[in-house]
Amino acid sequence: MSANVLEIRHLTKRFGGLAAVNDVSFAVREGGIMGLIGPNGAGKTTIFNLVTGVYKVSEGEVEFQGKRIENLDPYKIADLGVTRTFQNIRLFKSLSVFDNILTACHLSAHYTIPEAILRLPRFRREEKALNEKASALLEIMGLTDRKDVQANNLPYGLQRRLEIVRALALDPKLLLLDEPAAGMNPDETEQLMRLIGEIRERFKLSVLVIEHHMDLVMGICEDIVVLNFGQKLAEGKPDAVSADPKVMEAYLGSSGGNAKC
Amino acid sequence: MDWTYIQGILMLAGINLIAVLGLCLLTGFTGLFSFGHAGFMAIGAYIGALMTVPAGVQAGSIGGLGLPFVVGIVAGGAAAGVVSWFLGRITLNLKGDYFCIATLGFGEATRLLLNNVQTFGGARGWPGVPQYSTVWAVLVVDVLGVFFLANLVKSRHGRNMIAVREEELAAQIAGVDVFRYKMIALVVSAVYAGVAGVLFGHYMSFIQPKMFSMTKSTELTIIVIFGGLGSISGSVLGALVLTALPELLRAFSIWRLVFYGAAVILIMISRPQGLMGGMELTPSGLRKARAARAAKARLKADALREAGGGDAAGGKA
Repeated sequence: MSANVLEIRHLTKRFGGLAAVNDVSFAVREGGIMGLIGPNGAGKTTIFNLVTGVYKVSEGEVEFQGKRIENLDPYKIADLGVTRTFQNIRLFKSLSVFDNILTACHLSAHYTIPEAILRLPRFRREEKALNEKASALLEIMGLTDRKDVQANNLPYGLQRRLEIVRALALDPKLLLLDEPAAGMNPDETEQLMRLIGEIRERFKLSVLVIEHHMDLVMGICEDIVVLNFGQKLAEGKPDAVSADPKVMEAYLGSSGGNAKC
Repeated sequence: MDWTYIQGILMLAGINLIAVLGLCLLTGFTGLFSFGHAGFMAIGAYIGALMTVPAGVQAGSIGGLGLPFVVGIVAGGAAAGVVSWFLGRITLNLKGDYFCIATLGFGEATRLLLNNVQTFGGARGWPGVPQYSTVWAVLVVDVLGVFFLANLVKSRHGRNMIAVREEELAAQIAGVDVFRYKMIALVVSAVYAGVAGVLFGHYMSFIQPKMFSMTKSTELTIIVIFGGLGSISGSVLGALVLTALPELLRAFSIWRLVFYGAAVILIMISRPQGLMGGMELTPSGLRKARAARAAKARLKADALREAGGGDAAGGKA
């Protein structure tokens, strides 16, 4: 039990008559990197939305560090230490790179509004600490020379990176990455793989990643869960999963699941 | 032009500025549009008057509590804040345009209520409000208003509001209680509007529901957009320029509001991001703007170099 940071049990999400996620169970090991794969529309992002509280759970349980978190508000789940990135990047677009990070550091400070508007000592002390934290994060992640750039002027790859840094600013225990390599060339994907590994070591966190780039998934994930039509198709080590005939069938589309691609 | 006239315009600009500052937080920093803040001004004006008008009924007036001006200001601001909290409870879950329409309804409902309930004089208005608003009083409130707002915006709380404006979902995922910060922005803006209402009533020495119509609400929102969303200095400039403009256009007599509208349209076409466009006229604000410009130029140079280093013709990926 204690070795799993996240446990999902019999998770179901229905939109009207459609079960986008149907009775899915799996667990993310403490400090592990787990991959969540499956054809388009398999329910991967829906699971992210359920874990982070963006959607309400229809049935089932989500347990984070032994605490039930299904149906908590997203900001409370973030506060507990679960955060994510988005498939379509969602930065604070008109803010600078530095301000994006500084904003996300807010959970490390505790001063109140009256303390802020009167500039009392705690406000100034914590504000200084927040600035230092943001600078340190940018330094570690190699964005210092871009800190004044407005977020939406950044090149695409750096925007993805910035979104990950913003997530790290919350000091998460579990990081959910939704297609971090989407739109990246093999070179950038390679870099990203190394980055995810580094992040795990340095920030002592667990990672759950949705990805279509099979080299990335096979390269860094220690465990893989395969979804198809909202149901779990397979789970296990990368080699075992990629050899699984059911998985091959789902990906090659002989059952019609991925025929459009 | 004599000094009293100029003084009058400055005071009106200063009073507008207070309401505009509050709206600047709500619209410019949190991204919620309101077309009902004249309603909060009305609440402030009437509660303020209730506090300061002398007790005992004189001819044509209604008796108040005869308390000092400061009590009136605090009570007016607080009353508007409390009302906005209830309004927020029921409307802040509405998305964008729907919230906007709800505030419009609130503003008009407040005005009509004051029009039809005779306790405070109904549509005839309430004369005999003491003329406590002096240039100095307005100036002090303005300076305090700017000081508090600037500090709030530059704190983690202000940044959370900006995050809500920029990308609500991302803000939630970053641990921002979106509803709470929208509520704070609404209540603070209502308190500012309430205080502005108190000062306005004590400047005109007469209050009447029709002073707080939708036109007034719209005027406030126009000033915020005109000054530039997300800029306090923009709101200050906007309040000064747009309050003085109708006075400068007096020569056109009945046509002046047409020219006012045309002037606003012209300025917005030539500068859609508003006068200041989110920039602040402070040393740190200017430094930030300069750094952003430099960073953008460097980024462009890098991209050009990369493109030049690769294929000369088709460098753009």
